[in-house]
Amino acid sequence: MSELNDLEQRNNRVLRKLVIGSVLMFGFAFAMVPLYDVLCDITGLNGKTSDTAASGEVQMDEDRLVTVQFVTTSSGGMVWDFTPQVRSVKVHPGEITQVNFQVKNPADHTIIGQAIPSVSPGLAAPHLLKTQCFCFDNQTLLAGGEADMPMIFYLDPALPKHINTITLSYAMFDVTERVTGNKDKLAAR
Amino acid sequence: MTAVAAHHDHHDDHHHAPHGLKRWLFSTNHKDIGTLYLWFSFAMFMVGGFMALVIRAELMYPGMQVVDPEFFNQMTTVHGLIMVFGAVMPATVGLANWMIPLMIGAPDMALPRMNNWSFWILPFAFTILIGAVLMSAFGDGNPSAPNFGWTFYAPLSTKYGPASTDLFILSVHMMGISSIMGAINVIVTVLNMRAPGMTMMKMPLFVWTWLITAFLLVAVMPVLAGAVTMMLTDRHFGTSFFDAAGGGDPVLFQHIFWFFGHPEVYIMILPSFGIVSAIIPTFARKHLFGYASMVYATASIALLSFVVWAHHMFTVGMPLAGTLFFMYMTMLISVPTGVKVFNWVATMWRGSLTFELPMKWALAFVVLFTCGGLSGLMLALTPVDFQYHDTYFVVAHFHYVLVSGAIFSIFAAAYYWLPKWSGVMPNTFLGELHFWNSLLSVNLLFFPMHFVGLAGMPRRYADYALQFADYNWWISVGAFWFGISQLLFVAVCVLCAMKKGKKAEAAPWEGAEGLEWTVPSPAPFHTFDTPPVIK
Repeated sequence: MSELNDLEQRNNRVLRKLVIGSVLMFGFAFAMVPLYDVLCDITGLNGKTSDTAASGEVQMDEDRLVTVQFVTTSSGGMVWDFTPQVRSVKVHPGEITQVNFQVKNPADHTIIGQAIPSVSPGLAAPHLLKTQCFCFDNQTLLAGGEADMPMIFYLDPALPKHINTITLSYAMFDVTERVTGNKDKLAAR
Repeated sequence: MTAVAAHHDHHDDHHHAPHGLKRWLFSTNHKDIGTLYLWFSFAMFMVGGFMALVIRAELMYPGMQVVDPEFFNQMTTVHGLIMVFGAVMPATVGLANWMIPLMIGAPDMALPRMNNWSFWILPFAFTILIGAVLMSAFGDGNPSAPNFGWTFYAPLSTKYGPASTDLFILSVHMMGISSIMGAINVIVTVLNMRAPGMTMMKMPLFVWTWLITAFLLVAVMPVLAGAVTMMLTDRHFGTSFFDAAGGGDPVLFQHIFWFFGHPEVYIMILPSFGIVSAIIPTFARKHLFGYASMVYATASIALLSFVVWAHHMFTVGMPLAGTLFFMYMTMLISVPTGVKVFNWVATMWRGSLTFELPMKWALAFVVLFTCGGLSGLMLALTPVDFQYHDTYFVVAHFHYVLVSGAIFSIFAAAYYWLPKWSGVMPNTFLGELHFWNSLLSVNLLFFPMHFVGLAGMPRRYADYALQFADYNWWISVGAFWFGISQLLFVAVCVLCAMKKGKKAEAAPWEGAEGLEWTVPSPAPFHTFDTPPVIK
């Protein structure tokens, strides 16, 4: 009898450890979210750029010219016309450059948009620094409204030597529903 | 928790075993629950197989003939989910339930009530999932069943997922809970319930591989649960784990999914390694060559499985260092796997080989699984993978390791242990027909997929370019041939269940060793009430 109780206790001990283990692994799935963001920040994995403004105080490297290309798309049912003013610029690392992006809302109602940047090659992402960007906040356009949105950036002179061309792409998402919490407007569209 | 209580309940059962519906519904007996698992997985194998035949019927000729593309996508999705979570995994859990207590000299699983619970969740989980398909099939595709592939990548399954995605999420949660409970039960049983003298390094390899599989399950099924929970909150509660518009990242989904998904691959194949390591020594009449190296190889495959997940997503865009790391780690797995294959071959070397049915299946497993392993090695090479990614080459690869690998080994296990389960020998004539038809058709079915894949035919499309037409016709012929051949196995199993056939002795295979052969055939309702003596 005592032998059986002993077995039951041992079983319960292992059971408890394993249940705790599986709960921890459930938590680990969620821990992967911030871990992934940190890894992306450090390595530029997936071409994520920083979403806060940089200072802009760097030495210009006049011996080097890097091509920066701009690509825009409207994603996930977004109806805005969204284009860069120039398709590409040649810049010296450290040189502060402004590029404007034009948006037009052809719909008959207000839409709130959020631009999400991505840099290719991914290794260049941490070296593309923005002092000002329309992508830092969401943008509101009234029905038929237009706007020129500025983006001011410079390249970190520490940009790896083998990178001569960088593509900065913006995907514009419709976040009206997300921001206002109002589903009706989305349906009316 | 319930070991003692269950033990007391069972004292009455020594005299009259429970019968009728209650026997199965309330069962805490590892043999009955094992039987339930095995029949259930077989039923799911037939359902998933039927869906595969819908896919092959559509792809037999170019152009659209049988189903519309929307329903085709639902078929590929649910076929995959059912085969992975409904057929292969429950089948190996059923084998674990039946065989592990018999192999280690334990009277039952350590947590019998949880055992009952972990099985009976499954029929409900799959009713929910298959219900979504039936609603779609009989409701003219509205609402659609899950249609985003078994890997349910975001945003296909979040932003663009059909309403039935929520049924899918619930169903996956239930399957996960079932698997985790089953795995916990195996671990507790193996660690605590071994007969005196059954040290860890004396355990049959099937027990070892299942112990390691169980640890993998406990480690990664909760991650899958986490992934579908994030999907759920993204869909309904305004979070944006995977939604770029809200600052999330759809690629993150792939990382989380494959962190679960790659160990999942080994969860499906490690028990097969154990089965084959039991069968080959029996029919070679030699001890398993390199027992200890088999244990270590299994453990290292399991450990490596946690650091290779991104080889499923080379084309997603990763830094060079990342692709190199995942490529080399993946190639490294072929070392312990090679150890296993060489050990099986060395076990047969100069053995007194005979080729009874279980041995035939086991040998087919070794050869065909190695084929699938080699195409896996090709896919591991990053530059090559860019060409092969999401083509039929990948489909050929994972069907070689899962159908002619995992499922063949499960057939081997069934033919090997059916005498112990049922008390009669499986019908040899039907069994031979089943084996040869399956062996030939499975190669006709999956081998040409390599060619169409290399030529660029993408997976998960309802139609294809005309130059693939001839191969696809043959592939579909192979598929229907393979599907119909499985009806022979239904006949074999039904005959055994009806006790029609030659009576089996306690040890029907001459060269077999192990505690399971010391109890009569069929194994009595209760075995090893007093622990056996292990020399």
